[in-house]
Amino acid sequence: MKGYAGKLLRFDLSKGRAQVQPLPEELVRDYIGGRGFVAKLLWDELPSGADPLGPENLLIIATGPLSGHLLPASGKTHFGAKSPVNGGYADANMGGHFGPALKYAGFDLVILTGRAAEPSLLVIDDGKVELRPAGDRWGMGALEAEERLKDDLGREFELLTIGPAGERKVRFACLSHDFGRQAGRCGLGAVLGSKNLKALAVRGTGSLQVHDLKGLYAKAKVAYAKIKAKPGFKGWTPEGTAGITDWVNQVGAFPTRNFQTSFFPGHRAINGRAVVERLKLTDKGCFCCPTPCGKYGHTRTSLGEAFVEGPEYESIALLGGNLELKTIEEVGYANFLCDQLGLDTISAGAVASFAMECFEKGLITEKDLGRKIAFGSLSSAAFLFDLMARREGLGDLLAEGVKIAAERIGRGSAGFAIQVKGLEWSGYECRNAPGMMLSYLTADVGAHHNRSWALGQDVAGSAASVHDLITAGGKGERMAKAKVGGQAAKVIELQHLRPLFDILGICRLQYMELGFEVVHYEDLFGLVTGRKMSWEELLKVSEKVWHLTRAFSVREVPGFGRAHDLPPARFFTEPVPTGPNQGHLLKRAELERLLDEYYAARGWDENGLPEPKTLEKVGLEDVAAALESA
Amino acid sequence: MELFADHNLCSGCRACLLACGLENFGEMTPAKAALKIQALFPAPGRYRVQLCDQCGRCAEVCPVEAITREEGVWLVDPEECTSCGTCVAECPHGVITLPREDEPAIKCTLCGACVEICPRDVFSWREGPLKEMGQ
Repeated sequence: MKGYAGKLLRFDLSKGRAQVQPLPEELVRDYIGGRGFVAKLLWDELPSGADPLGPENLLIIATGPLSGHLLPASGKTHFGAKSPVNGGYADANMGGHFGPALKYAGFDLVILTGRAAEPSLLVIDDGKVELRPAGDRWGMGALEAEERLKDDLGREFELLTIGPAGERKVRFACLSHDFGRQAGRCGLGAVLGSKNLKALAVRGTGSLQVHDLKGLYAKAKVAYAKIKAKPGFKGWTPEGTAGITDWVNQVGAFPTRNFQTSFFPGHRAINGRAVVERLKLTDKGCFCCPTPCGKYGHTRTSLGEAFVEGPEYESIALLGGNLELKTIEEVGYANFLCDQLGLDTISAGAVASFAMECFEKGLITEKDLGRKIAFGSLSSAAFLFDLMARREGLGDLLAEGVKIAAERIGRGSAGFAIQVKGLEWSGYECRNAPGMMLSYLTADVGAHHNRSWALGQDVAGSAASVHDLITAGGKGERMAKAKVGGQAAKVIELQHLRPLFDILGICRLQYMELGFEVVHYEDLFGLVTGRKMSWEELLKVSEKVWHLTRAFSVREVPGFGRAHDLPPARFFTEPVPTGPNQGHLLKRAELERLLDEYYAARGWDENGLPEPKTLEKVGLEDVAAALESA
Repeated sequence: MELFADHNLCSGCRACLLACGLENFGEMTPAKAALKIQALFPAPGRYRVQLCDQCGRCAEVCPVEAITREEGVWLVDPEECTSCGTCVAECPHGVITLPREDEPAIKCTLCGACVEICPRDVFSWREGPLKEMGQ
């Protein structure tokens, strides 16, 4: 098993007991790593019907075969659990240095079960694993806790922490690492909090076994040189993901005012250039990344000042346009508050914008909150973040996310609770982007963009790299109504391609943003592991995983099906009021057509459930049998 | 020739640490690297690169004379080194280390692997003694 550390660590927090076992060969053969490990282990080991915030849920930490090696952007770590958002499949990943450290400590995988008797810290120091009391760190911000724990343990430890939001099981609490990296989505911070675990600390000083060490070293040099020669190396890297802000605006896809519209006139004050010119102190890269998208800086606002990593594009979209914050300093400060409280910036921004719209419509009042709130107000955003992270007053309801909050508030608020499967929508408005809309509707975890990002195809009709799209520019002119139909094949292709990087344990941005060719990854996989697998064969594994995560949600969520794949009514009843896509929407019948085509292409039935023969075809015979007998 | 590092260009990716371990020890590990990246976060929010400037202090203090100079570069003889740690305690830059028990000390061989791999061009060769730019 070259390329892997070779061991799996199980830790039962209830008993305080570690169990180390060899990494199962079948698991490696059939699921490769990262997201593949998460999906297979959740299917096999999670007790069906488990409470996502109960001790029986698993929190899985998985690296991939390419994680931690000298090759471009090998710093990804994958996390998974039964979703606190919707009870179905959940995963999230982050960059940084945590996963590589875990491998150098000897572990590819960690499975946490149970619940610690008191607030605790799990320390993995090479082969030694120890659960320690951490009551003195409970209640601390996620960034503050990381700093204190590094002081306690040594700066060479890599930390994973939660903030007050995770401790209070806020359904969009994130996992934090390296002073600004997060596994943000799906509320995995709440799962860690439910296990009474404030943090994990890892130090690894071992070596990784590689199939062809010399060959890999030579290939790594070539890979870095090729990436450096890409136009996007100098064009895209300086601003990172924030560099796409203007383009998204110009093509009318920028979430604005709780997704009421898709164009924010003030975008130039919060774009990538603003990040670099007004906030940035240094580029901050993940492990072995040649193109650091992380911009670490310092911000000053009327509410205070702070060091903050970012804001990256998603935070700009959800805290900037969506809350109508006016300056990059304000967006940066809102980003810092979320990071410290341990809130996912995407969901926290969407929940805050939902609350602001409720307030405008009189569904939430000054009496409920003790003050007024409004779009464009940093103090309103800060007030709401604190309220939801601490579950105080109305914050206790907001902490459940927009879907549950809207169900309780009622009076039409579900129509503008911007989510799919309970997960708040990330940074691309889609009323004239059918491929991107279909991507959001069918992403396994809910309304997240990272499984398939089809906006480029919707707008430019090609598979251009993001750098190419930004360089070509958005015209800002009125967009023609996009043709609806025929998007399924491209979305499915992307849903196998992008998550494959999450299986391998590396970042996709060098491919996506710069156009670094996939053939290099095929070579790197062979040199590291010694397995001869073509990119097409690797994609087949990713396809199998896609069906498996769907099957998991079918098993765990009562009545799961087509109704879980629909957007809020805003997107099929309210035409975009301003900007390049003014007047456009996707009618309900158009959405149904997108889903019909997608289900047919997937081999799922009309309700979106995988057909037994489809599961059997991709090698999931046991899953087909289990679903049929349920 | 001396190695030169521009701290302001470093983004903390640690590719240099892996290249150092591969080039000098044939191992994939950031633990066996003869340079260090200090990540100064949350404040002041920057990286510092610690490099060996071939000052020779390690050789001066070595009780078994395991560190000798060849063509201007101080090299550890792994056969002679007793892993006593005297040099580690005395190194002014903290870049001679004993990453593992019972293995010899490791120090910079001026091989240039870090210069070659760094995607950010942090490292360069300069005439004269090591200098540092930035903070």
